[in-house]
Amino acid sequence: MSLDRVARERLVRALAGAVIEHADELTSLDQAIGDGDHGLNMKRGFEAVLAALPGLADKPLPEMLKAIGMTLVMKVGGASGPLVGTFFMELGKALPEQPSRADLVAATERAIEAVKARGRSEAGQKTLLDVLVPVHAILAGGGDAKAIAIEAVQAADRTTPMLAIRGRASFLGERSIGHMDPGSRSASLLISAAVETLEFEVNT
Amino acid sequence: MSSLRPGNVGIVIVSHSPKIAEGAADMVRQMVGDAVPLAWTGGDVDGGLGTNVAGILEAIETAWSPAGVAILVDLGGAETNSEMAVEMLPEDRRARVLVCNAPVVEGAVIAATESSGGSPLAAVKRSAEEFYA
Repeated sequence: MSLDRVARERLVRALAGAVIEHADELTSLDQAIGDGDHGLNMKRGFEAVLAALPGLADKPLPEMLKAIGMTLVMKVGGASGPLVGTFFMELGKALPEQPSRADLVAATERAIEAVKARGRSEAGQKTLLDVLVPVHAILAGGGDAKAIAIEAVQAADRTTPMLAIRGRASFLGERSIGHMDPGSRSASLLISAAVETLEFEVNT
Repeated sequence: MSSLRPGNVGIVIVSHSPKIAEGAADMVRQMVGDAVPLAWTGGDVDGGLGTNVAGILEAIETAWSPAGVAILVDLGGAETNSEMAVEMLPEDRRARVLVCNAPVVEGAVIAATESSGGSPLAAVKRSAEEFYA
């Protein structure tokens, strides 16, 4: 996978655009089972990421990802800032400037472990890990961009009947059942945006 | 807000609401006095309800003590953001800052009471956490 400056900027704009365009949807998902700030928080974070362009895309991929992660950590507020921010920062630490698919598999695995540690959580607790973990399995198994995007959407859907065990929704106990996890939805949006942008590179 | 008494463990109060954080700090001051370094932070970067890492880092700096700092948090993001802030501290400070699993208002008062008697960080954390355990 080779990402030149233009591709890096396109990637950043796609990630931010996906979150910002769906901010209202994320907020209404969070109003159902959380504290209703997920859309606003993520939007604030990614607006700050956009504001760091064009300089952000001048950085090599690892540095760019670390900078995105740090911006999210500092700007998002709420638990999703450290969780999503940690994911990007760890990706940045693990990926070389021109990553192969194997590099991407290894780096996302490391980033997922860091998210688990940060949230003291595992898949199955109605969190973004319920998207990250199954999507990683598709990536590791050789799935193409389309298969990854489909799994991201379906994995987020599968959080709807789950009982929340971590995060604010866990306060609701059984009442968390029947609503999609907002963090899973935003993770799914980010993954879809990323693979759409990287579609031509991800299989090389 | 802060006051310096280098021997005692510092207390940081982190709430989604700046009013709660400030109010809890007022209670600590009234009930425990000025014997402990104390700081509070609350709200997201736009001033709405939430917590933010930069504010927490600043509060840790304000309440810093060589004896360490105990952080009291309210809900979810306050804890996650506090843990993130601790990890971003210089390495020599990291092990001397602990996030307490205790109710924010009561925990802050109890932790500050324990600290005011000169107890070490681990004891300050333990008494905050044991009160409601």
